[in-house]
Amino acid sequence: MVKNSLGRDIPETWCGRALEPYEDPFSRLPDLDRAPRRLKRHNPGDKKLLGSLREAIEAVGLKDGMTIATHHHLRNGDALLNQVVSEIDAMGIRDIGIASSSIHPVHAALIPFIKKGTITRFECGVNGLIAELVSKGQLKCPITVRSHGGRARSLVDGEVRVDVAFIAAPCCDPLGNMNGTEGPSACGSLGYAFTDAEYAHAVVAVTDNLVPYPAMPTSIPQHLVDFVVQVETLGDPSKIVSTTTRITRDPAGLQIARYAADVIDAAGLIKDGFSFQTGAGGTSLAVADNIKQKMAEKGVKGSFGCGGITGYFVEMLEQGFFRSLLDVQCFDLAAVASIGRNTAHQEISANLYANPFNRGAVVNQLDCVILGATEVDVDFNVNVNTESTGYLLHNTGGHCDTAAGAKLSVIVAPALRGRLPIVRERVTTVTTPGDTIDVIVTERGIAVNPRRPGLAEQLRAARLPVVDIHALHAEVCGITGTPRDVEFEDEIVALIEYRDGTIIDTVRRVAR
Amino acid sequence: MDITRKASAGTVQSSDLMVFVEPASTLEVDIESTVKQQFEGLIRERVMANLARLGVSHGRLRISDRGALDYAIDARIETALRRAAVKMETSEVVP
Repeated sequence: MVKNSLGRDIPETWCGRALEPYEDPFSRLPDLDRAPRRLKRHNPGDKKLLGSLREAIEAVGLKDGMTIATHHHLRNGDALLNQVVSEIDAMGIRDIGIASSSIHPVHAALIPFIKKGTITRFECGVNGLIAELVSKGQLKCPITVRSHGGRARSLVDGEVRVDVAFIAAPCCDPLGNMNGTEGPSACGSLGYAFTDAEYAHAVVAVTDNLVPYPAMPTSIPQHLVDFVVQVETLGDPSKIVSTTTRITRDPAGLQIARYAADVIDAAGLIKDGFSFQTGAGGTSLAVADNIKQKMAEKGVKGSFGCGGITGYFVEMLEQGFFRSLLDVQCFDLAAVASIGRNTAHQEISANLYANPFNRGAVVNQLDCVILGATEVDVDFNVNVNTESTGYLLHNTGGHCDTAAGAKLSVIVAPALRGRLPIVRERVTTVTTPGDTIDVIVTERGIAVNPRRPGLAEQLRAARLPVVDIHALHAEVCGITGTPRDVEFEDEIVALIEYRDGTIIDTVRRVAR
Repeated sequence: MDITRKASAGTVQSSDLMVFVEPASTLEVDIESTVKQQFEGLIRERVMANLARLGVSHGRLRISDRGALDYAIDARIETALRRAAVKMETSEVVP
């Protein structure tokens, strides 16, 4: 066991993998080539369309011990991963790893297949019940949590070898040209699947909307796709929206949003060319609304809005507040509709979005990102993976990628939720290192990372309520009382991998 | 103060609690809470301090908490007990 630079205990190896402890956000350099993919020949007349998922699994030669992937653009409405695993199980194949871009509560249907050894590991973060059961020690299945950029990197640099990617293709032709904008399961951007299509050793396009050649527009082209399969349904796009995507009405949330917008303004970022990302939470959208008003007052036109795109950003595009949207994932159906209609609403791959090891990720062009938090601590570290119970419940998403990339990374969070203090002495799990967080905005004041003394001065000059993070922590604990720490066993059930492949933290089994 | 009848106070909203009281020959306090793991000890201390303040020595209290802060706990317990009792012997605030 060694301590990484944040003082977290990291084992030398875990599940057969040698681990490198996290050091700092920016200095680890890759010293290798891109992962290889075997060449293949396709001759005139060669067919790709197969009759069933089973035929495709046979055709790609999936075997015991291999790794599969899917994308999560249909989020909690995804029906493909469960269908694929159920077929793999019926064929008697075992010891399969899942390296999908994310796992959602709907995939709790995989639990029986984990119990019987069909699925033995997750090379990706997991939302919901599976992760909770793993945290409790009730399910044995090691999990390596990766950010969106980190997952793309792990495919590109070969840390994770995906043997077969099953790509849900809402519109697809018999040669495998596909897009996400048309058809009954339209999910908009196929951003995460782009990386799979290029780096998985075999690619199976699965569609419930087979169209004549060529599918138009084409997002992922035929030369990357091995086989095409038709199924009855890919899932239910109405379940893409899994959280609230309306502006909050909670007074504390609105206060936080006003402060956050004032912070961005005081930092001098709201000027022509402004680029911006927020999540889909109610407070984040309220920040976006305040920013929009400030942009309107100043007559500012932004360059791009980024990330998971919501209808709110589509409105800003269509009203001329931004010149473009760079979209790795549509967060609601308004965004899905827009990406087919607005040429300036561009889908981007996870690699382009956030991979630290390429020739320039979009996150590095961000002026400002607004991010949420389950916990923050006095060192500005942020946890979005585990809850106060100690259970692993959430995936990282683009949290640590955008925090590292943006000029100004702002955490918006209430100082307390119910009785739980959100500002802690030490977060349960580090998702995003404090070195990449500039400001924490709460309804009880704004804490500025001591790395940014100039920013603190700017905020004070704008008469914003800047507070010392330690004072904020003491104030909050004075209200809630000091919570009893969760007790953990030594057994590690999950790794939290930083975007560069080093290990920033581990998740341990919660003691009974 | 004696608990002479069943009574309750509070709501089931988050950051609030429900307090149910009924007569009993001994003092029983059951606590259910969404933050039981982190705060059961502090919640129980607060409940017992309120019972001492209000001179309650027997009765059954059931607390169903959704992350309430101390002032809410004080208010809900006192209200439930006032509803359950004929008269109040003190109304001091918990120090």
